[in-house]
Amino acid sequence: MFELLDDNHEFDTQISFDGKDHLVPSNITVAAAALLIGAKSIRETPVTGAKRMPLCMMGVCYECLMKIDGVGNQRSCQTLVRQGMVIERQIGATEVEAGYYEA
Amino acid sequence: MKPSYELLIIGAGPAGMSAACEAARNGVEVCVIDDQPEPGGQIYRNASRATAKQNQVLGKDYQQGKNLVDDFKSYGGEYYANVSVWHLDASNQVGVIKAEENYFISAKNLVIASGAQERAMPIRGWQLPGVMYAGAGQILLKGSGIVPRGELVLAGTGPLLLLLASQYLHAGVKIKAILDTTPKGRIVKSLDKLFSGVQGYEYLIKGASLLHHIKAAKVPYYKHVEGLCAVGLDRVNNVSFASATKAGRKVVNISLDVDTLLLHQGIIPNTRLARAAQCETTWDAQQSCWTVATNEYGLCRQNTYVVGDGARVMGAVASRIQGRLCGLHVAESLSKVDSHNWQVLHHDLLKKLRKENAIRPFLNAVYQPADAYLIPQQGDVIVCRCEEVTLSDIQDAVRLGCQGPNQVKSYTRCGMGPCQGTQCSNTLSHIVAKQTDMPMAEVGELRVRSPLSPITLGQIADL
Repeated sequence: MFELLDDNHEFDTQISFDGKDHLVPSNITVAAAALLIGAKSIRETPVTGAKRMPLCMMGVCYECLMKIDGVGNQRSCQTLVRQGMVIERQIGATEVEAGYYEA
Repeated sequence: MKPSYELLIIGAGPAGMSAACEAARNGVEVCVIDDQPEPGGQIYRNASRATAKQNQVLGKDYQQGKNLVDDFKSYGGEYYANVSVWHLDASNQVGVIKAEENYFISAKNLVIASGAQERAMPIRGWQLPGVMYAGAGQILLKGSGIVPRGELVLAGTGPLLLLLASQYLHAGVKIKAILDTTPKGRIVKSLDKLFSGVQGYEYLIKGASLLHHIKAAKVPYYKHVEGLCAVGLDRVNNVSFASATKAGRKVVNISLDVDTLLLHQGIIPNTRLARAAQCETTWDAQQSCWTVATNEYGLCRQNTYVVGDGARVMGAVASRIQGRLCGLHVAESLSKVDSHNWQVLHHDLLKKLRKENAIRPFLNAVYQPADAYLIPQQGDVIVCRCEEVTLSDIQDAVRLGCQGPNQVKSYTRCGMGPCQGTQCSNTLSHIVAKQTDMPMAEVGELRVRSPLSPITLGQIADL
C-alpha cells in the first residue's frame, strides 16, 4: 500500500490496469502506479504461478515484468505511464504472437 | 548516435556525469548513454525536477545533485536516455538498443559508470508481494513521489536503511519498527579502523544525527535481529524474528503484522558491464562483494575505465571526484590538457578522493552483513527468484558434484532467468564456497555473456 507524498498532484493520466480504468499522476512509472492503485500482484511466475510485485525499482531484478500496450516482458519500473496505456498482469511466460516480429 | 566516439560513457549517475563534464570541458568528444529516463543515477534520481516537498524530505545531500545534473544537461556532449547495453567486449565495441533500434558503437575510450545495486537479502519469504528493497522505497520517493501507507517495517543493516527511515519520518510516514540485523559487537570490533577514518568525521556526525532522529521519533528499534522471516501466502502479512527487547534482556521470538517490509543489507557494485568488457574483478572480503580492479583514476587497462560505485562502493561524493579524475585522465591521454593544469588539478582531486574514502574501511567493517543473512538458513528459501531455485536445490547439486556456480547454474537453472543472476549470483557463490569449504576468490561467480540485457529476436535480426 502506497500513497502520494504531495497532495497537489493532478490525477490526469488515464490508464487501464488489468481491465479497469484508473486515473494516476503523470511522470510516475507503471510499477509505481501499480503500488499506488493497490494492485495485489503485477505478475505470476512462469515456474509455479506465484504472485509477485516489484523488488528493486531500478531495472536490475526483472521482478516487475508486465504486459504493456500488448507487449509482454516490459519492465514496469522503467516505463512511465502514458495517457491511454493498457497495462496487464503478466501470467506465466509471455507468448510470442504470430506476426509480432514481422517487419 | 555516431558509430564511434573519443569517449563513450555508460551511466549518467554521479561518476558518469562528472566524467562527462570534465572530459568535455577539456575538449574531448563525449557521448553518454544511460538506461534510465533521466540523468542522475539512483542517488540523484529526479534531482533537477524534484518538488519542494521531495527536496525537504530527501535532504541536503540529495539537493546537491541538482547542480551536477544541471551542469550535465548543458555539458556540450551527446546524451541518450533509455538506452540499454546488450553487448560489450574487450575491444570496447558496445551494442546498444535505443528506441527499439540496434546500434554498435566503437569507443576509443570507454568509461563504465554502472553504479551499485542492492545486495540480495535471501530470507524466507523475501519473494512475497509487500517485500521490497529499501532502495526501492527510496527510488519511489525520489522518482514517483510515493511513500508506503499502513504497517511499515524496515529491516537489515547499513546507512541507507537509517537514511530512508529518517526521510520517511520527515515525510510523515509512520514506521512500525526498525529491525537492525547488525551483529553484536560490530562497532567495538571495528574501532581500529575508526582512527584511520577520522578524516571522514562528517559521515559519523551524519550517522549519529540519523540515529538521533529515529530515536527521538520513538520508532521501536530492535537490535541484533536474528532469524528474520517474511510470512504470508499471497503477500507478506507478518514478519518474525528474534531479538532482545532491551540491552541485557533475554532474546525472545517476536512477530509483527506488516503490510510493507523493506529489506536492506548494503549495496554492491554492479560489475556485469565491467566483466563483459573483460575487466578483472576481485573478491573484497571487507565489502563482501566483487570489486573491479582499477587505479585511482578508474583505469582498468589502456582506454577502459570503471568508475564510482560500479567499481567499488564509495558513495556519491567520492564517485563525483573519481568521475572528474577519470574525465581529466582521458583528456590528458588525448593530449588535451596542458601539463601544468593536469599536475595541479589531478593532485587536488586525488587528495579529495582519499579524504572521502577514509571512512570506508570503518563503515565496511561495521555494516558487513552477517553470514546468516548472506546464506539462507532454511532449505526452502528461494535463492534465484526468477527460476525459483531454493537453497536445497543448490546444495543437492553441489552434493552431486557440481564444481562451481556455473555448473550449478546448468544443473538447476539458478541465475538463468530474466535478471541473469543479478539477484542470486553472490548468494550462489557463498553457498558453494561454504559447502565446498573454498574461498570466494576461488569459487568465482556466474559468467557474463551477451546479450547483457534481454533483446528481441527482431532486434538481433535487424543487425
